[in-house]
Amino acid sequence: MTLAEQIQEIAAGYPQSRSAVLPALRLAQEQYGWLSPEALREVADALDLTPAYCQAVASFYDMFHMKPVGRHLVEVCTNISCALVGAQQVLEAFESELGVRTGETTEDGDVTLRALECAGGCGWGTVVAIDHRYREPVRPEDVPTIVSELRDD
Amino acid sequence: MTELALVLAGADERDLTRLSEYRAVGGYRALEKARGMDPEAVIEELLTSNLRGRGGAFFPMGRKASFIPKPDDVPKPRYVVVNADESEPGTFKDRELMFRVPHRLIEGCLITAHAIRSQNVFIYIRGEYLAEFEVVRAALDEARDEGLFAGVTVVLHRGAGAYICGEESALLESLEGKRGQPRSRPPYPAVSGLYAAPTLINNVETVATVPKVIELGGAEYAKIGAPPNSTGTRLFSLSGNVVRGGNYELELGTSLNDLIFEIGGGIPNGRKLKAVIPGGSSVPVLTADEVDTPLEHDAMTERGSMLGSGAVIVIDDRCCMVQLGLRVAQFYMHESCGKCTPCREGTRWMVQLLHKIEDGRAEHEELDLLLSVCDRILGKCLCPLGDAAAMPIASYVSKFRDEFRAHIDEGSCPFGGESSLEGVLAPVDQHTHAPVAEVPA
Repeated sequence: MTLAEQIQEIAAGYPQSRSAVLPALRLAQEQYGWLSPEALREVADALDLTPAYCQAVASFYDMFHMKPVGRHLVEVCTNISCALVGAQQVLEAFESELGVRTGETTEDGDVTLRALECAGGCGWGTVVAIDHRYREPVRPEDVPTIVSELRDD
Repeated sequence: MTELALVLAGADERDLTRLSEYRAVGGYRALEKARGMDPEAVIEELLTSNLRGRGGAFFPMGRKASFIPKPDDVPKPRYVVVNADESEPGTFKDRELMFRVPHRLIEGCLITAHAIRSQNVFIYIRGEYLAEFEVVRAALDEARDEGLFAGVTVVLHRGAGAYICGEESALLESLEGKRGQPRSRPPYPAVSGLYAAPTLINNVETVATVPKVIELGGAEYAKIGAPPNSTGTRLFSLSGNVVRGGNYELELGTSLNDLIFEIGGGIPNGRKLKAVIPGGSSVPVLTADEVDTPLEHDAMTERGSMLGSGAVIVIDDRCCMVQLGLRVAQFYMHESCGKCTPCREGTRWMVQLLHKIEDGRAEHEELDLLLSVCDRILGKCLCPLGDAAAMPIASYVSKFRDEFRAHIDEGSCPFGGESSLEGVLAPVDQHTHAPVAEVPA
């Protein structure tokens, strides 16, 4: 199925097709890696909306990438429960292991590192999401292994 | 100590993600019972149980259900929406419920649909909850294949990373395919909710409790916990500086002290308790002296705080309260949707003032200015996000005023770089550097 067909199939499950914007943007992002102008246009055409509308919606939500990101996404929760048990040290361990600052992507385009607001794993902090799969708890000493697994993938 | 498994009943012994196992512990019998009752009788049981919203607002579910107009009065579809967009900092209970007892949630959805004569259920699940999404989707497939839906459609809809979408009207906007910005009320969702039709919207834990209410009967359920205002059990999410963090289902009325020191094993590394946030980051803080408070609505109100989402965040004596305030304010600044000026500008102003205080650059008058900014946000916005920023910050200043003053008097943080929250980076700060990957040709 083409992207447009997949989107239209999802849209048919809702009383109004516009409700399918979020799932459609997610599908497009999975296909393109980020929400490029082309990706936004495809979503818009499939749902009979304008690209500007789709961009306005997408830019509201943190999980949509309006710029290219790395092949892998490492997200470290730094909200208070995780921060109280050492999230900053975990984040810094990723920064030094990956050689980037938080918010940046490695030069080879492999890994993007981000800080994340409360991931909902507070009792098992620090929570780290690797490509949206949670690892909890992560300690600074676990970071080199996690990064080498990512690099090998 | 009063641990009592009602919503999580059977989950320690069996894999309740499987329909056959859930049936083995009596699963879907409450649905059968409810479908044999008049819808109004089901609502009556909910009213009698005094089951209140577990998302944070604590509004009686039965009353909300009773506001939904009858089909003869309003000839529109009626929608059931489950708020599974759990994102209040400190809260991770709905995640565990979806992961471990998805069928109890689904059974609750179907009973609720029957109660308001609805044919359409939407579960709006937080986008980050990928594993939980997969578990609920598989459970929905199994229940649908077994013919349990009886004509009802259930749509599992994923969010995409926005705290504000946990606010009910923002959630409905998001579900309609828009930016998640709260609506002006009235009209309330019961009158004009999803697609402007009557909508009953409740939190995951609330809906997952419904089968138990029907099974036991509202009157029996209402005897559990701390009646009349705090009936039943709640899942408390315990986190922060505590030995055994995790979710614990407790009868309402259990002492906060017991949760932290008996169930949670106390404070690690020989540190001392300094403060507790009893209901998620948006509620006023309690000091170590107030830790004897029972976990129930009336006692918490008397202490000037709230049970909120049931997230208990334990803070030991290494934590600088100004840094805590700063990190909390940064969160709300990041998550403010920008619609109402007091919240959009006020949260930024709070962050600036707290930075100044933490760096030792503030004047004493600026503590009162900070309180004044909080006061100018409180109750002046369309939704409670602004309040959620103002209430906790104001409580830190008033309950730990000496610590705030010390920053100003000493011209620097008295913790001298040794606070547990020293230098913690908030996502709102990371946007200063952009990702560097090249655009593929």
